[in-house]
Amino acid sequence: MDVAAATAQQHDEHQTTTGLPHTKLGMWVFLSSECLLFGALISTYVLYRGRSTVGPFPDEVFDIPYTSVSSFVLLASSLTMVLALAAAQKRDMQRMRLWLLATALLGMTFVGGQVYEFTVFHEEGLDITTNLFGTTFYTLTGFHGVHVTVGILMLLSLVGMSMAQRLPADASFPVEMVGLYWHFVDIVWIVIFTVVYLVPTPRPGGP
Amino acid sequence: MATLDVAAGRERGILRRPMATEGFWSWFTTVDHKKIGILYGLAAFVFFIVGGLEALLIRAQLVGPDGTLLNADQYNQIFTMHGITMIFLFVMPMSAAFFNYMIPLMIGARDVAFPRLNAYSYWAFAAGGLFLYSSFFLGGAPNGGWFGYAPNSTTDPTPGMTFYALGLIITGISSAAGAVNLAITVINMRAPGMSLFRMPVFVWMGLVVQFLLVFALPIITVALFELLFDRRWGTRFFDPTAGGEPLLWQHMFWLFGHPEVYILILPAFGIVSEILPVFSRKPLFGYQFVVFSGIAIGFIGFGVWAHHMFAAGLGPVANTAFGVTTAIIGVPTGIKIFNWMGTMYGGDIRFHTPMMYAIGAVAMFVIGGLSGVTHAIVPSDYQQTDTYYIVAHFHYVIFGGGVFAIFGGLYYWWPKVFARKLGEGIGKLQFWILFVGFNLTFGPMHILGLYGMIRRTYTYPASLGLTFWNQVATVGAFLIALSVLVFLVNVVRTHTKPKGLAHEDPWDARTLEWTTSCPPPHYNFEEIPTVHALDEFWHRKYVEDERSRRLVPAQAGAAGDHGHEGGGHSIHLPGPSFWPLVAAAGLPIMAYGVIYSWWLLAAGVLVALTGFYGWALEPSVAEE
Amino acid sequence: MAETEEHVAPPAAPAHPGSHPTAKEYVRIGLILFVLTALEVTASYTDVSGAVLIPTLYVLAVIKFVLVVMWFMHLKFDDRRYARFFVMGLAGAATLYLIVLISFRVFAR
Repeated sequence: MDVAAATAQQHDEHQTTTGLPHTKLGMWVFLSSECLLFGALISTYVLYRGRSTVGPFPDEVFDIPYTSVSSFVLLASSLTMVLALAAAQKRDMQRMRLWLLATALLGMTFVGGQVYEFTVFHEEGLDITTNLFGTTFYTLTGFHGVHVTVGILMLLSLVGMSMAQRLPADASFPVEMVGLYWHFVDIVWIVIFTVVYLVPTPRPGGP
Repeated sequence: MATLDVAAGRERGILRRPMATEGFWSWFTTVDHKKIGILYGLAAFVFFIVGGLEALLIRAQLVGPDGTLLNADQYNQIFTMHGITMIFLFVMPMSAAFFNYMIPLMIGARDVAFPRLNAYSYWAFAAGGLFLYSSFFLGGAPNGGWFGYAPNSTTDPTPGMTFYALGLIITGISSAAGAVNLAITVINMRAPGMSLFRMPVFVWMGLVVQFLLVFALPIITVALFELLFDRRWGTRFFDPTAGGEPLLWQHMFWLFGHPEVYILILPAFGIVSEILPVFSRKPLFGYQFVVFSGIAIGFIGFGVWAHHMFAAGLGPVANTAFGVTTAIIGVPTGIKIFNWMGTMYGGDIRFHTPMMYAIGAVAMFVIGGLSGVTHAIVPSDYQQTDTYYIVAHFHYVIFGGGVFAIFGGLYYWWPKVFARKLGEGIGKLQFWILFVGFNLTFGPMHILGLYGMIRRTYTYPASLGLTFWNQVATVGAFLIALSVLVFLVNVVRTHTKPKGLAHEDPWDARTLEWTTSCPPPHYNFEEIPTVHALDEFWHRKYVEDERSRRLVPAQAGAAGDHGHEGGGHSIHLPGPSFWPLVAAAGLPIMAYGVIYSWWLLAAGVLVALTGFYGWALEPSVAEE
Repeated sequence: MAETEEHVAPPAAPAHPGSHPTAKEYVRIGLILFVLTALEVTASYTDVSGAVLIPTLYVLAVIKFVLVVMWFMHLKFDDRRYARFFVMGLAGAATLYLIVLISFRVFAR
């Protein structure tokens, strides 16, 4: 086999041993490991649920309608993400950028909403050192928020690179990869919203 | 950028610069898995020596009762750093060195799947190691043991355990990045015809290890962040006064910590599985059993963690369950031992140094495994836990099994990497000094443990009758140090001789890395080989004569040299890059920022982002 | 991410029509997700006992999780091996952490 072709074989994702591209396989392995990361944070929260010795307690600070809106926003961002990918697959770069921007904006709204929520909680006396609830809540949602922020950076970078013609002709692949990451961050929130906000927390010594 | 100058062969005469290539600075920008392997190996060996010096300090302090060489606080730092260094800065990176150099060659690939990610993982490791050691100069090294039990680790007022948390987060990121890279490399870059069950066992063990890393590291990462937050910002994760559970730390630590010990030993099992067949001139006995048992060990390894917590009060149900799983995990390991013995049985054994180390590794591991089986019996472990009996166990498996195998691998593959064979006579001498020294050091610790000598304690009183065996152990430790010196002498003497091997396949080996020149060219293989069988190289060299059933050499040239200087002009490999280094440099800056200043933290983030953007915007293959 | 090589058509392109969701189908999934979330929130405001509410909430969350993973992340239509790797981590995490929580008697009364 011609050596150039042979090397191209090694780097052409479509001639890999499995026929699957390196990056996509790598992304799924990475997301698999992230399950263990968020699992640990969520388990810590669940372990300590209802065990805070002092308040404020969840039912005193949570604003469920407010956080529900945040959740809708993040879910919507998954939809816009998938529409961005569809546009990329149709080589409609303009539309792709639009949907990517929409996703980023929705993500920023989510993060902004979280930041605001944290300031309100802080005013109500809940800090990360106040009690187990504060410690586990801020850590879990904080880690998630950092992940969302990194995702926003990647989305905006895709938009920028697309405008600067720095994406490959088939832009759908990097968009798909960022999309996988973004959707993962969304499904983590699906779990957090339910486990942390909606499932009621008993008071210590309560039922 | 992809030009090569491998044959320059300039000699610098000493361990740290064993190979002249494109120049000094190229080492900082390389994305070549072979150079990265050498970088890992060098750094790991330096840390081995540092960790060894720490061990000598421990043994000097404990040589007699009421030792005054180290006070309690100093002792705590030394034994903690000894453990951290040997595990995270020596054995793991040394395994990474072997995996990085050998896996692509063994699977017939030119490269790894993510060359820049690979470089990033090396620089992150180097940064993490240096960061950890900087603690000695910045207020005190970690002193809570490598296992960092809370709330001791969360409340200690010296800064050491903050360095511990941050340093291991950095090295964890390094290992995770490297693991994704190597896993995808093995899964996705094998030469045509190399199905999973034609891969060398070393590659299989490598694959299992990468998955163990990928799944175990996130758990410890969260634990370390929780520890860090408790220390740095007063969170309540492990604060009993606020309802926190110190046992949570133990669970999270050992959920990682137990798979970690299989991460430490499986590479060694892989090395042994390569050496024994070559030096027995026989195929590995029961290849599939060896492979499946490796996978089983990896899997079951996630199910035994609480055997480190038998005395923590989990209760009889938990203790029983984990006692059972711990007993079960001995089975696949035992299977490997029998298969290794079966490999040697009836073989034409050549007792070169690599072989002696491989056999030594198996023998020492069996001893360590036997004491391990006794730990699995919960009531027995109540007596053993926290005594030197445990110290004996894990040194027999990790040092006896792991480090002996590492030395075996070094002697075995030295010619491949450096185009010279390490001296045989000195090698054998070194082996015996190490063997005697090692057993003198750790053998008596079984006795000391059963006499009740408590671990992690800076001294003991004379009245306990522990003195004699401690003296023996200390003598042994200095013999180990001597053997390491002898190894270094061997390296220096080998490298003062001119480069060049009589034969590029000096051991008459079985696997694809030996089809290339020593060292291989930049691009590994001129032509990607097509694989027809396990031990492909061996089957190209020898065929079975139909009448006599004996191995006879195949036709000349059938083995086919695949990769020598002079070829490869149109092979384009990913170009060097400094972005991975820049991105990795952000990590320690962020870490210092967490300790000292938000501005520094922000600066570290910026450096990391700069590195990542530079990386993302740079084409992976250099324009020519 | 910028690569200098030409890509051929992605191998993941489905062989048969209808196996790859259209934009309309994605929007439909999005709406289902909205509705499920609204159901969850509503349920949390009702007075049902925890023994009914909590499993309901978890079931709804799982359905949402699966919808996003299978459709938005395309696992339903992609090569099985991606799903295998993902499930390894997911199942591993669920199992290990469940055991830890059980050992802390989190689910005991």
